[in-house]
Amino acid sequence: MLITRKAEFSASHRCYNAELSEAENRDLYGERASSHGHGHNYVVEVTLEGEPDNITGMVVDLKLLKQILHEHVVDVMDHRHLNHEVAPFDKVVPTVENVAREIWRRLEPQLRFPHARLHNVRLYETADLYVDYAEAAAK
Amino acid sequence: MRVTRVYRFAASHRLHAASLSSDQNTELYGKCNNPYGHGHDYILHVSVTGEPDRRTGRVVDIAALDRYVHERLLRLYDHSDLNLDVPDFAGVPTTENLAVDSAERLRQAWPFQGASLDRVFIQETDRNTIELQLTKG
Repeated sequence: MLITRKAEFSASHRCYNAELSEAENRDLYGERASSHGHGHNYVVEVTLEGEPDNITGMVVDLKLLKQILHEHVVDVMDHRHLNHEVAPFDKVVPTVENVAREIWRRLEPQLRFPHARLHNVRLYETADLYVDYAEAAAK
Repeated sequence: MRVTRVYRFAASHRLHAASLSSDQNTELYGKCNNPYGHGHDYILHVSVTGEPDRRTGRVVDIAALDRYVHERLLRLYDHSDLNLDVPDFAGVPTTENLAVDSAERLRQAWPFQGASLDRVFIQETDRNTIELQLTKG
């Protein structure tokens, strides 16, 4: 059984690789390489896979899931500039792909429950662009 | 890792199987068989799998994917009649066949090395969606 919790955060980022020239960055990322960055209202959907507990009827305590999601993702990234304030995006380009992978890495160790494990992270950068990320070993 | 981009197009269609009688078509498709057709605002999700390129951090160049999807699909489907205006459309233009047709057209000249076409998902209405998984998830 899959259960999904959604959260939102607003953050700015700049898609720019310091190892490339200005022209190469402009060519690659277009206006997303603009020097001071820009922002999105990101939406993250965190899906766990598991079985309902015999006593509680719940796959996972949703209050606890919400708390973990906030502590490890929303509180870290909301109203921040990802390149300047959230590691590893001082070194890694904060494309939606890389942000989704970073969210998985932050959450997965926190979501090892007796009956449930992290199954998928879906991150919407806009309504028209999203990434699904899952690491096979944790399935 | 899977990246999905969402597109929209408006098209008309009529569900009518030429091999069936008029009564059978009415029975099978109901109002979708009305003679002059009808239209939808379709929403199309195109999913691509791969690993982010180490240099760019991207699985696929989104602007290039947009150009490709416009060239291969939206140019043909948007503001068209799926029964009459789309060359080589195979079968009745149900959402199922539209997903198959979309996947086939996208596959034919797929230019993105290291990124595979993974899924086509089409929403015909809020309550009617078709998902075609092209690789093993």
